Amino acid sequence: MIDVKDLRKSFGDNEVLCGITEHINKGEKVVVIGPSGSGKSTFLRCLNLLEMPTSGEILFKGVSMTDPATDINLMRRSMGMVFQHFNLFNNLSIIDNMTLAPVQLKLRTKKEAVDEAMELLGRVGLQDKADSYPSQLSGGQKQRIAIVRSLAMHPEVMLFDEPTSALDPEMVGEVLDVMRHLADTGMTMVVVTHEMGFAREVGSRIMFMDEGKITEQGTPAELFGNPKNPRTQDFLSKVL
Amino acid sequence: MEKFISGFNQSFIEGDRWLMYVKGIGVTLEVAAVALLLGIVLGVIVAIVRTLHDQQRPGQKHALLEVINKIAQLYTTVIRGTPLMVQLLIMYFVIFANTRNAVGVAMLTFGINSGAYVAEIIRGGIMSVDKGQMEAARSLGLSYVPAMRFVVIPQAIKNILPALGNELIALLKDTSLVTVIGVRDLTKAAQLIQGKTYQALFPFVGIAIVYLLMVMIIAALIGVLERRLAASDRR
Repeated sequence: MIDVKDLRKSFGDNEVLCGITEHINKGEKVVVIGPSGSGKSTFLRCLNLLEMPTSGEILFKGVSMTDPATDINLMRRSMGMVFQHFNLFNNLSIIDNMTLAPVQLKLRTKKEAVDEAMELLGRVGLQDKADSYPSQLSGGQKQRIAIVRSLAMHPEVMLFDEPTSALDPEMVGEVLDVMRHLADTGMTMVVVTHEMGFAREVGSRIMFMDEGKITEQGTPAELFGNPKNPRTQDFLSKVL
Repeated sequence: MEKFISGFNQSFIEGDRWLMYVKGIGVTLEVAAVALLLGIVLGVIVAIVRTLHDQQRPGQKHALLEVINKIAQLYTTVIRGTPLMVQLLIMYFVIFANTRNAVGVAMLTFGINSGAYVAEIIRGGIMSVDKGQMEAARSLGLSYVPAMRFVVIPQAIKNILPALGNELIALLKDTSLVTVIGVRDLTKAAQLIQGKTYQALFPFVGIAIVYLLMVMIIAALIGVLERRLAASDRR
Protein backbone atom coordinates (compact mmCIF):
# COMPACT_ATOMS: atom_id res chain seq x y z
CA MET A 1 0.00 0.00 0.00
CA ILE A 2 2.86 2.37 0.83
CA ASP A 3 6.19 2.02 -0.91
CA VAL A 4 9.13 4.05 0.31
CA LYS A 5 12.23 4.12 -1.88
CA ASP A 6 15.53 5.45 -0.60
CA LEU A 7 13.83 8.22 1.38
CA ARG A 8 16.19 10.93 2.55
CA LYS A 9 15.47 14.09 4.49
CA SER A 10 17.90 16.74 5.65
CA PHE A 11 17.31 19.85 7.70
CA GLY A 12 20.21 22.05 6.64
CA ASP A 13 23.35 19.98 7.08
CA ASN A 14 21.66 17.57 9.41
CA GLU A 15 20.56 14.40 7.65
CA VAL A 16 17.61 13.06 9.63
CA LEU A 17 16.58 10.23 7.34
CA CYS A 18 19.46 8.42 5.67
CA GLY A 19 17.94 6.32 2.95
CA ILE A 20 14.88 4.35 3.99
CA THR A 21 13.42 1.72 1.70
CA GLU A 22 10.34 0.03 3.03
CA HIS A 23 7.04 -1.50 2.05
CA ILE A 24 3.87 -1.37 4.10
CA ASN A 25 1.04 -3.73 3.17
CA LYS A 26 -2.67 -3.23 3.51
CA GLY A 27 -3.91 -4.17 6.96
CA GLU A 28 -0.49 -4.05 8.58
CA LYS A 29 -0.02 -2.41 11.94
CA VAL A 30 3.50 -1.08 11.78
CA VAL A 31 4.87 0.32 15.00
CA VAL A 32 7.98 2.47 14.78
CA ILE A 33 10.09 2.68 17.93
CA GLY A 34 13.51 4.08 18.68
CA PRO A 35 15.35 6.73 20.66
CA SER A 36 14.33 10.35 20.32
CA GLY A 37 16.01 12.13 17.45
CA SER A 38 16.21 8.92 15.46
CA GLY A 39 13.90 10.27 12.75
CA LYS A 40 10.71 8.34 13.59
CA SER A 41 8.39 11.34 13.43
CA THR A 42 10.11 12.78 10.37
CA PHE A 43 9.68 9.43 8.61
CA LEU A 44 5.98 9.39 9.45
CA ARG A 45 5.49 13.02 8.40
CA CYS A 46 7.18 12.33 5.08
CA LEU A 47 4.58 9.66 4.31
CA ASN A 48 1.83 12.26 3.82
CA LEU A 49 4.28 14.95 2.75
CA LEU A 50 3.90 17.20 5.78
CA GLU A 51 7.67 17.07 5.48
CA MET A 52 9.00 17.33 1.96
CA PRO A 53 11.60 14.60 1.41
CA THR A 54 14.99 15.81 0.21
CA SER A 55 15.21 12.85 -2.14
CA GLY A 56 13.69 9.45 -2.71
CA GLU A 57 10.19 8.42 -3.60
CA ILE A 58 6.99 7.56 -1.74
CA LEU A 59 4.26 5.63 -3.52
CA PHE A 60 0.79 5.38 -2.04
CA LYS A 61 -1.36 2.79 -3.81
CA GLY A 62 1.05 3.03 -6.72
CA VAL A 63 0.82 6.82 -7.07
CA SER A 64 3.92 8.85 -6.43
CA MET A 65 3.35 11.28 -3.56
CA THR A 66 6.56 13.11 -4.32
CA ASP A 67 5.73 13.79 -7.98
CA PRO A 68 4.86 17.52 -8.26
CA ALA A 69 2.06 16.61 -10.69
CA THR A 70 0.25 14.54 -8.05
CA ASP A 71 -2.71 16.23 -6.35
CA ILE A 72 -1.39 15.94 -2.83
CA ASN A 73 -4.67 17.11 -1.28
CA LEU A 74 -6.52 14.27 -2.94
CA MET A 75 -3.96 11.75 -1.69
CA ARG A 76 -4.09 13.07 1.86
CA ARG A 77 -7.83 12.44 2.07
CA SER A 78 -7.04 8.73 2.25
CA MET A 79 -4.27 9.14 4.83
CA GLY A 80 -5.50 10.08 8.27
CA MET A 81 -3.02 11.59 10.68
CA VAL A 82 -3.10 11.91 14.45
CA PHE A 83 -0.67 14.32 16.08
CA GLN A 84 1.11 14.35 19.40
CA HIS A 85 -0.52 17.67 20.27
CA PHE A 86 -3.99 16.73 18.95
CA ASN A 87 -4.30 19.84 16.78
CA LEU A 88 -8.05 20.12 17.06
CA PHE A 89 -9.20 23.36 15.45
CA ASN A 90 -9.50 25.68 18.46
CA ASN A 91 -11.97 28.03 16.79
CA LEU A 92 -14.50 25.31 15.95
CA SER A 93 -16.81 23.18 18.05
CA ILE A 94 -16.17 19.43 18.10
CA ILE A 95 -18.90 18.72 15.57
CA ASP A 96 -17.53 21.43 13.26
CA ASN A 97 -14.03 20.04 13.69
CA MET A 98 -15.30 16.72 12.42
CA THR A 99 -17.47 17.93 9.57
CA LEU A 100 -15.28 20.74 8.18
CA ALA A 101 -13.22 18.68 5.76
CA PRO A 102 -15.92 16.25 4.54
CA VAL A 103 -18.34 19.13 3.88
CA GLN A 104 -15.83 21.59 2.40
CA LEU A 105 -14.47 18.91 0.09
CA LYS A 106 -18.07 18.13 -0.94
CA LEU A 107 -17.74 14.49 0.02
CA ARG A 108 -20.93 14.62 2.08
CA THR A 109 -23.80 16.98 2.72
CA LYS A 110 -23.80 18.83 6.02
CA LYS A 111 -26.48 16.51 7.37
CA GLU A 112 -24.72 13.32 6.31
CA ALA A 113 -21.49 14.59 7.81
CA VAL A 114 -23.16 15.52 11.10
CA ASP A 115 -24.91 12.15 11.33
CA GLU A 116 -21.68 10.32 10.69
CA ALA A 117 -19.73 12.51 13.12
CA MET A 118 -22.29 11.79 15.85
CA GLU A 119 -22.02 8.08 15.14
CA LEU A 120 -18.21 8.27 15.36
CA LEU A 121 -18.39 10.31 18.56
CA GLY A 122 -20.69 7.65 19.98
CA ARG A 123 -18.06 5.04 19.24
CA VAL A 124 -15.55 6.87 21.46
CA GLY A 125 -18.18 7.76 24.07
CA LEU A 126 -18.09 11.50 23.49
CA GLN A 127 -21.44 12.28 21.86
CA ASP A 128 -22.25 14.72 24.65
CA LYS A 129 -19.20 16.82 23.67
CA ALA A 130 -20.42 17.57 20.14
CA ASP A 131 -21.07 21.24 20.89
CA SER A 132 -18.09 21.75 23.17
CA TYR A 133 -14.92 23.52 22.13
CA PRO A 134 -11.48 21.88 22.26
CA SER A 135 -10.36 24.07 25.18
CA GLN A 136 -13.10 22.53 27.33
CA LEU A 137 -11.84 18.96 26.90
CA SER A 138 -9.15 16.88 28.56
CA GLY A 139 -6.14 15.68 26.58
CA GLY A 140 -7.50 12.17 26.31
CA GLN A 141 -10.84 13.43 25.03
CA LYS A 142 -9.11 15.68 22.50
CA GLN A 143 -7.02 12.85 21.15
CA ARG A 144 -9.98 10.49 20.85
CA ILE A 145 -11.77 13.19 18.90
CA ALA A 146 -8.72 13.81 16.74
CA ILE A 147 -8.76 10.12 15.83
CA VAL A 148 -12.43 10.07 14.84
CA ARG A 149 -12.02 13.39 13.01
CA SER A 150 -9.54 11.62 10.76
CA LEU A 151 -11.84 8.61 10.44
CA ALA A 152 -14.63 10.86 9.17
CA MET A 153 -12.60 11.16 5.96
CA HIS A 154 -12.74 7.35 5.51
CA PRO A 155 -8.97 6.99 5.26
CA GLU A 156 -7.29 3.83 4.05
CA VAL A 157 -4.30 4.27 6.30
CA MET A 158 -3.89 6.01 9.64
CA LEU A 159 -0.64 7.60 10.73
CA PHE A 160 -0.09 8.16 14.46
CA ASP A 161 2.68 10.52 15.55
CA GLU A 162 3.31 9.77 19.24
CA PRO A 163 -0.43 9.99 20.01
CA THR A 164 -0.06 9.48 23.76
CA SER A 165 3.17 11.37 24.49
CA ALA A 166 1.47 14.62 25.47
CA LEU A 167 -1.13 12.96 27.69
CA ASP A 168 -1.34 12.66 31.44
CA PRO A 169 -0.64 9.03 32.37
CA GLU A 170 -4.21 8.25 33.39
CA MET A 171 -5.48 9.24 29.94
CA VAL A 172 -3.13 7.10 27.90
CA GLY A 173 -5.31 4.02 28.31
CA GLU A 174 -8.47 5.53 26.82
CA VAL A 175 -6.61 6.62 23.67
CA LEU A 176 -4.86 3.29 23.25
CA ASP A 177 -8.22 1.56 23.61
CA VAL A 178 -9.58 3.53 20.67
CA MET A 179 -6.51 2.65 18.63
CA ARG A 180 -6.83 -1.00 19.58
CA HIS A 181 -10.43 -1.10 18.38
CA LEU A 182 -9.39 0.63 15.19
CA ALA A 183 -6.72 -2.00 14.64
CA ASP A 184 -9.36 -4.71 15.09
CA THR A 185 -11.37 -3.25 12.22
CA GLY A 186 -8.49 -4.04 9.88
CA MET A 187 -7.27 -0.48 9.39
CA THR A 188 -3.75 -0.11 8.06
CA MET A 189 -1.80 1.74 10.74
CA VAL A 190 1.63 3.25 11.11
CA VAL A 191 2.28 4.22 14.70
CA VAL A 192 5.23 6.08 16.16
CA THR A 193 5.07 5.50 19.90
CA HIS A 194 6.92 4.93 23.13
CA GLU A 195 4.17 2.62 24.42
CA MET A 196 5.97 -0.71 24.25
CA GLY A 197 3.02 -2.63 25.68
CA PHE A 198 0.81 -1.35 22.89
CA ALA A 199 3.50 -2.10 20.29
CA ARG A 200 3.83 -5.66 21.47
CA GLU A 201 0.11 -6.29 21.67
CA VAL A 202 -1.21 -4.55 18.56
CA GLY A 203 1.76 -4.27 16.20
CA SER A 204 2.05 -6.78 13.40
CA ARG A 205 5.53 -5.50 12.65
CA ILE A 206 7.90 -3.48 14.80
CA MET A 207 10.53 -1.24 13.23
CA PHE A 208 13.44 -0.01 15.26
CA MET A 209 14.90 3.25 14.01
CA ASP A 210 18.25 4.67 14.95
CA GLU A 211 20.14 7.61 13.44
CA GLY A 212 17.88 7.93 10.43
CA LYS A 213 17.82 4.29 9.47
CA ILE A 214 15.63 1.31 10.19
CA THR A 215 18.24 -0.86 11.81
CA GLU A 216 16.07 -3.81 12.79
CA GLN A 217 12.52 -5.00 12.31
CA GLY A 218 10.36 -8.02 12.84
CA THR A 219 7.29 -9.36 14.60
CA PRO A 220 6.84 -8.21 18.19
CA ALA A 221 7.95 -11.63 19.39
CA GLU A 222 11.16 -11.43 17.38
CA LEU A 223 12.02 -7.86 18.16
CA PHE A 224 11.09 -7.77 21.82
CA GLY A 225 11.95 -11.40 22.58
CA ASN A 226 15.19 -11.73 20.72
CA PRO A 227 16.64 -8.45 19.43
CA LYS A 228 19.76 -8.97 17.29
CA ASN A 229 21.16 -5.46 16.96
CA PRO A 230 23.13 -4.23 20.01
CA ARG A 231 21.47 -0.78 19.70
CA THR A 232 18.05 -2.39 19.81
CA GLN A 233 19.07 -4.46 22.82
CA ASP A 234 20.40 -1.39 24.54
CA PHE A 235 17.25 0.66 23.79
CA LEU A 236 14.87 -2.09 24.89
CA SER A 237 16.78 -2.71 28.09
CA LYS A 238 16.24 0.94 28.95
CA VAL A 239 12.54 1.25 28.13
CA LEU A 240 11.20 -2.16 29.14
CA MET B 1 -10.93 85.62 36.58
CA GLU B 2 -12.26 88.12 34.12
CA LYS B 3 -9.28 87.48 31.87
CA PHE B 4 -10.00 83.78 32.09
CA ILE B 5 -13.60 84.17 30.97
CA SER B 6 -12.72 86.51 28.14
CA GLY B 7 -10.05 84.05 27.00
CA PHE B 8 -12.65 81.30 26.91
CA ASN B 9 -15.06 83.55 25.01
CA GLN B 10 -12.45 84.56 22.47
CA SER B 11 -11.35 80.97 21.96
CA PHE B 12 -14.74 79.33 21.57
CA ILE B 13 -17.68 81.71 21.44
CA GLU B 14 -16.83 84.93 19.59
CA GLY B 15 -17.37 84.77 15.85
CA ASP B 16 -18.83 81.28 16.28
CA ARG B 17 -15.28 79.91 16.53
CA TRP B 18 -16.51 76.62 18.01
CA LEU B 19 -17.72 75.84 14.50
CA MET B 20 -14.11 75.79 13.30
CA TYR B 21 -13.30 73.08 15.85
CA VAL B 22 -16.33 71.05 14.81
CA LYS B 23 -15.33 71.27 11.15
CA GLY B 24 -11.78 70.35 12.20
CA ILE B 25 -13.02 67.25 14.02
CA GLY B 26 -14.89 66.30 10.86
CA VAL B 27 -11.73 66.58 8.73
CA THR B 28 -9.63 64.70 11.30
CA LEU B 29 -12.11 61.83 11.47
CA GLU B 30 -12.48 61.77 7.71
CA VAL B 31 -8.74 61.52 7.10
CA ALA B 32 -8.33 58.87 9.81
CA ALA B 33 -11.27 56.76 8.58
CA VAL B 34 -10.29 56.76 4.90
CA ALA B 35 -6.64 56.17 5.80
CA LEU B 36 -7.59 53.25 8.02
CA LEU B 37 -9.66 51.63 5.27
CA LEU B 38 -6.90 52.11 2.75
CA GLY B 39 -4.37 50.87 5.30
CA ILE B 40 -6.34 47.70 5.96
CA VAL B 41 -6.74 46.95 2.25
CA LEU B 42 -3.04 47.53 1.60
CA GLY B 43 -2.05 45.73 4.79
CA VAL B 44 -4.10 42.63 3.96
CA ILE B 45 -2.62 42.45 0.45
CA VAL B 46 0.94 42.84 1.69
CA ALA B 47 0.37 40.38 4.53
CA ILE B 48 -1.02 37.79 2.10
CA VAL B 49 1.97 38.20 -0.22
CA ARG B 50 4.49 37.93 2.61
CA THR B 51 2.74 34.99 4.28
CA LEU B 52 2.33 33.10 1.00
CA HIS B 53 5.98 33.69 0.28
CA ASP B 54 7.13 32.49 3.68
CA GLN B 55 4.94 29.38 3.57
CA GLN B 56 6.19 28.14 0.22
CA ARG B 57 7.70 24.70 0.26
CA PRO B 58 11.46 25.01 0.39
CA GLY B 59 12.93 24.50 -3.05
CA GLN B 60 9.75 25.44 -4.90
CA LYS B 61 10.14 29.16 -5.37
CA HIS B 62 7.60 30.98 -7.48
CA ALA B 63 9.40 33.65 -9.53
CA LEU B 64 6.55 36.19 -9.61
CA LEU B 65 5.90 35.78 -5.90
CA GLU B 66 9.59 36.42 -5.24
CA VAL B 67 9.38 39.76 -7.05
CA ILE B 68 6.13 40.86 -5.39
CA ASN B 69 7.49 39.83 -2.02
CA LYS B 70 10.61 41.93 -2.56
CA ILE B 71 8.42 44.93 -3.42
CA ALA B 72 6.32 44.33 -0.31
CA GLN B 73 9.44 44.13 1.83
CA LEU B 74 10.81 47.33 0.32
CA TYR B 75 7.49 49.05 0.99
CA THR B 76 7.44 48.14 4.68
CA THR B 77 11.11 49.01 5.09
CA VAL B 78 10.81 52.47 3.52
CA ILE B 79 7.55 53.39 5.22
CA ARG B 80 8.63 52.23 8.65
CA GLY B 81 12.08 53.70 8.24
CA THR B 82 11.15 57.32 7.41
CA PRO B 83 9.25 59.90 9.48
CA LEU B 84 5.57 60.24 8.69
CA MET B 85 5.91 64.02 8.47
CA VAL B 86 8.64 63.69 5.84
CA GLN B 87 6.45 61.26 3.87
CA LEU B 88 3.64 63.80 3.99
CA LEU B 89 5.89 66.61 2.74
CA ILE B 90 7.28 64.48 -0.09
CA MET B 91 3.82 63.35 -1.15
CA TYR B 92 2.37 66.87 -1.20
CA PHE B 93 5.27 68.96 -2.44
CA VAL B 94 7.07 66.44 -4.68
CA ILE B 95 4.90 63.61 -5.93
CA PHE B 96 1.59 65.45 -6.04
CA ALA B 97 3.08 68.94 -6.48
CA ASN B 98 0.40 69.82 -9.00
CA THR B 99 -2.64 69.18 -6.88
CA ARG B 100 -4.13 71.47 -4.25
CA ASN B 101 -6.26 68.67 -2.84
CA ALA B 102 -4.37 68.48 0.44
CA VAL B 103 -7.04 66.38 2.16
CA GLY B 104 -6.83 63.73 -0.57
CA VAL B 105 -3.04 63.63 -0.37
CA ALA B 106 -3.26 63.36 3.42
CA MET B 107 -5.67 60.41 3.19
CA LEU B 108 -3.44 58.65 0.68
CA THR B 109 -0.26 59.26 2.67
CA PHE B 110 -1.73 58.10 5.95
CA GLY B 111 -3.30 55.09 4.22
CA ILE B 112 -0.01 54.03 2.67
CA ASN B 113 1.77 54.59 5.95
CA SER B 114 -0.78 52.67 7.97
CA GLY B 115 -0.76 49.79 5.47
CA ALA B 116 2.85 48.97 6.29
CA TYR B 117 2.07 48.67 10.00
CA VAL B 118 -1.21 46.83 9.46
CA ALA B 119 0.60 44.32 7.22
CA GLU B 120 3.05 43.48 9.98
CA ILE B 121 0.23 43.22 12.52
CA ILE B 122 -1.69 40.78 10.33
CA ARG B 123 1.40 38.79 9.46
CA GLY B 124 2.28 38.52 13.13
CA GLY B 125 -1.27 37.42 13.94
CA ILE B 126 -1.17 34.67 11.34
CA MET B 127 2.25 33.49 12.44
CA SER B 128 1.14 33.33 16.05
CA VAL B 129 -1.38 30.57 15.23
CA ASP B 130 0.12 27.19 16.09
CA LYS B 131 1.65 25.49 13.04
CA GLY B 132 -0.16 22.29 13.99
CA GLN B 133 -3.51 23.88 13.10
CA MET B 134 -2.49 24.27 9.47
CA GLU B 135 -0.89 20.82 9.42
CA ALA B 136 -4.02 19.16 10.78
CA ALA B 137 -6.19 20.91 8.20
CA ARG B 138 -3.85 19.93 5.38
CA SER B 139 -3.61 16.34 6.64
CA LEU B 140 -7.39 16.06 6.20
CA GLY B 141 -7.00 16.95 2.53
CA LEU B 142 -8.02 20.60 2.72
CA SER B 143 -5.95 22.79 0.44
CA TYR B 144 -4.13 25.93 1.54
CA VAL B 145 -6.88 28.52 1.00
CA PRO B 146 -9.74 26.77 2.86
CA ALA B 147 -7.31 25.80 5.63
CA MET B 148 -6.41 29.47 6.04
CA ARG B 149 -9.99 30.65 5.73
CA PHE B 150 -11.71 28.26 8.13
CA VAL B 151 -8.98 27.46 10.61
CA VAL B 152 -6.01 29.83 10.68
CA ILE B 153 -7.49 33.27 9.94
CA PRO B 154 -10.39 33.04 12.43
CA GLN B 155 -7.81 32.32 15.14
CA ALA B 156 -5.44 34.99 13.88
CA ILE B 157 -8.14 37.68 14.05
CA LYS B 158 -8.32 37.38 17.80
CA ASN B 159 -4.60 38.14 18.01
CA ILE B 160 -4.80 40.91 15.41
CA LEU B 161 -7.68 42.94 16.80
CA PRO B 162 -6.05 44.54 19.87
CA ALA B 163 -2.99 45.59 17.86
CA LEU B 164 -5.19 46.91 15.08
CA GLY B 165 -7.04 49.01 17.65
CA ASN B 166 -3.76 50.52 18.80
CA GLU B 167 -2.89 51.27 15.19
CA LEU B 168 -6.19 53.11 14.73
CA ILE B 169 -5.59 55.18 17.85
CA ALA B 170 -2.05 56.07 16.74
CA LEU B 171 -3.35 56.94 13.29
CA LEU B 172 -6.02 59.25 14.65
CA LYS B 173 -3.52 61.18 16.74
CA ASP B 174 -0.92 61.30 13.96
CA THR B 175 -3.39 63.02 11.65
CA SER B 176 -2.56 66.26 13.47
CA LEU B 177 0.56 66.28 11.28
CA VAL B 178 -1.58 67.21 8.24
CA THR B 179 -1.34 70.83 9.39
CA VAL B 180 2.07 70.98 7.67
CA ILE B 181 0.41 70.70 4.27
CA GLY B 182 -2.35 73.11 5.23
CA VAL B 183 -5.23 70.75 5.84
CA ARG B 184 -7.76 72.38 8.17
CA ASP B 185 -8.08 69.60 10.70
CA LEU B 186 -8.74 69.96 14.41
CA THR B 187 -5.16 71.00 15.20
CA LYS B 188 -5.11 73.56 12.40
CA ALA B 189 -8.33 75.06 13.74
CA ALA B 190 -6.68 75.60 17.11
CA GLN B 191 -3.60 77.12 15.48
CA LEU B 192 -5.69 79.54 13.41
CA ILE B 193 -7.66 80.65 16.42
CA GLN B 194 -4.51 81.08 18.46
CA GLY B 195 -3.07 83.25 15.67
CA LYS B 196 -6.09 85.44 15.63
CA THR B 197 -6.80 85.79 19.37
CA TYR B 198 -3.34 85.23 20.92
CA GLN B 199 -5.06 82.77 23.23
CA ALA B 200 -3.05 79.53 23.50
CA LEU B 201 -4.38 77.84 26.63
CA PHE B 202 -7.98 77.28 25.60
CA PRO B 203 -7.52 76.25 21.95
CA PHE B 204 -4.66 73.80 22.57
CA VAL B 205 -5.82 72.28 25.85
CA GLY B 206 -9.30 72.19 24.35
CA ILE B 207 -8.28 70.11 21.33
CA ALA B 208 -6.13 67.88 23.55
CA ILE B 209 -9.30 67.02 25.48
CA VAL B 210 -11.18 66.42 22.22
CA TYR B 211 -8.46 64.05 20.95
CA LEU B 212 -8.47 62.28 24.29
CA LEU B 213 -12.24 61.81 24.18
CA MET B 214 -12.12 60.45 20.63
CA VAL B 215 -9.40 57.96 21.59
CA MET B 216 -11.32 56.86 24.67
CA ILE B 217 -14.43 56.24 22.60
CA ILE B 218 -12.48 54.18 20.05
CA ALA B 219 -10.78 52.20 22.82
CA ALA B 220 -14.15 51.44 24.39
CA LEU B 221 -15.58 50.27 21.04
CA ILE B 222 -12.60 47.98 20.48
CA GLY B 223 -13.05 46.61 24.00
CA VAL B 224 -16.66 45.68 23.22
CA LEU B 225 -15.62 43.95 20.00
CA GLU B 226 -12.88 41.99 21.76
CA ARG B 227 -15.21 40.80 24.48
CA ARG B 228 -17.70 39.66 21.86
CA LEU B 229 -15.02 37.61 20.10
CA ALA B 230 -13.85 36.16 23.39
CA ALA B 231 -17.41 35.06 24.16
CA SER B 232 -17.62 32.93 21.01
CA ASP B 233 -14.32 31.46 22.10
CA ARG B 234 -15.68 30.13 25.43
CA ARG B 235 -12.33 29.75 27.08
